[in-house]
Amino acid sequence: MADTSHGTGGLVFDKSKRSWPNELNIALALIIIIAIFEILGQVLPYMNGQSFLFDTRDRFDSVFNEARLKIIILQVAIIGIIAIGVTQVILTAGIDLSSGPLVAATAMIAMSFAQTELVNGNPNPKAVFGPWAMDLPVIIPVLAGLAFGAMIGAINGTFVAYFRIPPFIATLGMFLGCRGIALWWTSGNPVSFPTESYSFIGSGMMPVVWFLALAAIFHFILRYTVYGKHTYAIGSNEEAARMSGINVKRHKVMVYMIASMLAAFAGIVLSSKASTAQAGMGEFYELFAIAMAVIGGISLTGGRGSIIGTVLGAMVLGVIRSGFTYVKLDGSYQLMAMGSIIIAAVILDQYRQRNRA
Amino acid sequence: MSEEYVLETQDLTKHYGGVHALEGANFKMRKGEHVAIMGDNGAGKSTFVRQITGVEQRTRGKVWLYGEEVNFAGPLDAREAGIETVFQTLALADDLDVPDNLFLGREITKFDWLGPFRMLDYKAMREATIEGLNRTAVKIPNIRNSIRNMSGGQRQCVAIARTATFHSRLTIMDEPTAALGVQETAQVENIVRTLKEAGEPLILISHNMRQVFDLVDRIVVFRRGRMCADLDIKSGDYTGEDVVSYITGAKTGEEFMEHAL
Ligand SMILES: Nc1ncnc2c1ncn2[C@@H]1O[C@H](COP(=O)(O)OP(=O)(O)OP(=O)(O)O)[C@@H](O)[C@H]1O
Ligand SMILES: [Mg+2]
Repeated sequence: MADTSHGTGGLVFDKSKRSWPNELNIALALIIIIAIFEILGQVLPYMNGQSFLFDTRDRFDSVFNEARLKIIILQVAIIGIIAIGVTQVILTAGIDLSSGPLVAATAMIAMSFAQTELVNGNPNPKAVFGPWAMDLPVIIPVLAGLAFGAMIGAINGTFVAYFRIPPFIATLGMFLGCRGIALWWTSGNPVSFPTESYSFIGSGMMPVVWFLALAAIFHFILRYTVYGKHTYAIGSNEEAARMSGINVKRHKVMVYMIASMLAAFAGIVLSSKASTAQAGMGEFYELFAIAMAVIGGISLTGGRGSIIGTVLGAMVLGVIRSGFTYVKLDGSYQLMAMGSIIIAAVILDQYRQRNRA
Repeated sequence: MSEEYVLETQDLTKHYGGVHALEGANFKMRKGEHVAIMGDNGAGKSTFVRQITGVEQRTRGKVWLYGEEVNFAGPLDAREAGIETVFQTLALADDLDVPDNLFLGREITKFDWLGPFRMLDYKAMREATIEGLNRTAVKIPNIRNSIRNMSGGQRQCVAIARTATFHSRLTIMDEPTAALGVQETAQVENIVRTLKEAGEPLILISHNMRQVFDLVDRIVVFRRGRMCADLDIKSGDYTGEDVVSYITGAKTGEEFMEHAL
């Protein structure tokens, strides 16, 4: 057969020629980190040869230490939901710092529409509103929370897209603003005693179910829909996207709205899981969510990365957190290790970028 | 204005702060006509293109397309009105592949009722891309590679294929062969000839005198933001040296004398 890559109009569609996906690198890094903890478990004298992830007690019904696996993913699930949103923002070469405080503000707002009238036969001691807001169907607090998130996202997006405020500054303002709203809502008092159906949202492994389901949905959306394609296009070359007829401003507002709605949903899940909403909730969540995306290979300059990467990035953080507890090392070492990994991820991304051009 | 003109501008002007990049351009082209715009670097050629393609908003002046006055709010409007443009900056998204770029902003989709979440028909776009590239005889080693990994010439080919794949009422190419090798340049010139045969009008911006004389009917010269000559080269009255003297300012067309500097 003729070599179709030369000669007139030669065109090849060759799947095998597609480059090595970055997600594999992150998966590899994840395996290496797990292996390190596994080895530490064997060599550290005080560990008594315990395994990190494998079930060494009964080899018959399970291979893995399921309890630890569950905890690892449960610990990152709620921040992971935020990370799915911030991934999309970063793909457009933006950033969203407002998600942590937005989690708190949404938790407060949603929870105040999710309270029960009677707690052990007595009136709810934490009641925010009158009886009209008691024992409402679960859809009402959820919609209230999502609507609040959509509003915050619309404001973020409008400032970024229409007023050309740098995303860092616009969302930093919202970071402070949302924490203020969370504190103002009940003058700092916690909101507690939700209805049974609201409690279900974050019960047991439900946060993991939400996280993985939302990850799957947005993976699909980013890869197979016009919304996804335009998100990548804007992050790749905003001017080109505009010249190609994409309504860049409107699209950015949509991206920030989706990110904030995901953060709001994380706030709903968190308050449900904790059975209470407090104004101080979600501290540093925005930074951990950004860390998940960055470790997952989402380029801060936009245009590159995927939800699969972010999920793997979340797993890396989860494994590190759980691993440090497992080898009984102090939380301070954990933070230092996370910090190093984040910086390593960014260095790696820049290195890859240079080698491509 | 008159319907016999594909494009007509009156007093088209663009100032960037104090920079008068384009000043009072009165431009006309007939149906099926191929017109070259020439001029030194910074003469205002690309600025002219950006004003008629809705990329920027003009300072003043009017634009008619096929006799109809147009005020494009953005590039999408211009494209929907039938103007296909190869911008000098190419306007490609580096992280996307060839079909993605060809169809950027006008994707072939399924389930359109899903609004912004309507699904991309990758297969249809890939096939149309291969067909389009074959028709324009553009060579790309692997259309699934991201644009970032392509050579300057290949990138330019993608941008040209994007224009040539779609039928248009007016095609504009801003220095389409600037980074191309001999063979690729010949191919682009063939694309231009195909357009001519099909009766599709073209504005070609080029610094290549040979190319311009080979391809177009008329040369419009820009100098320091002003039109300074309108030369019917098919008449045989002008040589390359004449055009050069208009470009450099040694000569100015009679009808443009009043503004001559
Ligand atoms: N966005 C802008 N802001 C300020 N000045 C600009 C801007 N765009 C262009 N200019 C100026 O306008 C003038 C005309 O630029 P233009 O790009 O139209 O030139 P050109 O004729 O296309 O040149 P070339 O052959 O180099 O492409 C130049 O002096 C340029 O510096
Ligand atoms: Mg130019």
